[in-house]
Amino acid sequence: MSKFEIQQRSREDVIILDIHGELDAHTAPILEKELQELIEKNHVHIVVNGTGLDYISSAGLGVFMAYIEDIRSKEGDIKISNLKPKVFNVFDLLGFPTLYDIVDEEQEAVTRFKP
Amino acid sequence: MPEITEHTLRISASTDELERIRHFVADHARNFGFGDDDINDIILAVDEACTNIIKHAYGWQKGKPIHIQLGMRGKEMLITILDEGKPFDPDSYRLPSMQDQLEQKKRSGYGILLIRKLMDHVEYRKRKSRNEIRMTKKR
Repeated sequence: MSKFEIQQRSREDVIILDIHGELDAHTAPILEKELQELIEKNHVHIVVNGTGLDYISSAGLGVFMAYIEDIRSKEGDIKISNLKPKVFNVFDLLGFPTLYDIVDEEQEAVTRFKP
Repeated sequence: MPEITEHTLRISASTDELERIRHFVADHARNFGFGDDDINDIILAVDEACTNIIKHAYGWQKGKPIHIQLGMRGKEMLITILDEGKPFDPDSYRLPSMQDQLEQKKRSGYGILLIRKLMDHVEYRKRKSRNEIRMTKKR
């Protein structure tokens, strides 16, 4: 069975989600629940650090798509960092880099939230 | 005509099985001599096809059959995925616009697009009560 875990921490008023494992149709609900809880708490400055992400399918990408408008309507954003090349390739195939801030390093993502 | 080597995996339609499917496909693609980039493309395409069957053909009903057949012929890998669910009509598929999807908070529709981008050839067939997706990738 696919394994996927999220660890949450905060850094300069930004929530960092360290995601590990494989994000597919089986594990996507774990990320979905995490994002729903953050939106409910109005924690909408979010960086997803993909250092530990080994795999993503469109079901995983769909979670980002489903919540980004809610988060942006609350003046927040999801920024994505530290993706492995093979994972970035999937984001790229679907044109994500034009609609999402995808950066190499977590620090850069955090800095982009500063006014 | 070179000899065809075939491997078959029969599973029940559940997202629990996606990891096993990916391992099955990756192991045989590697044995067949594909490099890492091609293996990543193939496993994602098969995952997307099986996810679509689980979601759309079977509407999340567990226990329904999916058969995955891998054939190696010459420099080409032929992947055939069979199900007995609701047929997919490729002519009714419209390429989703990312902006529309975001505005409407939709999250699906990208599997077919990915499969087409990742594989060299993709076709859908209906055979009696079975649906068949055939896709190929050259080494």
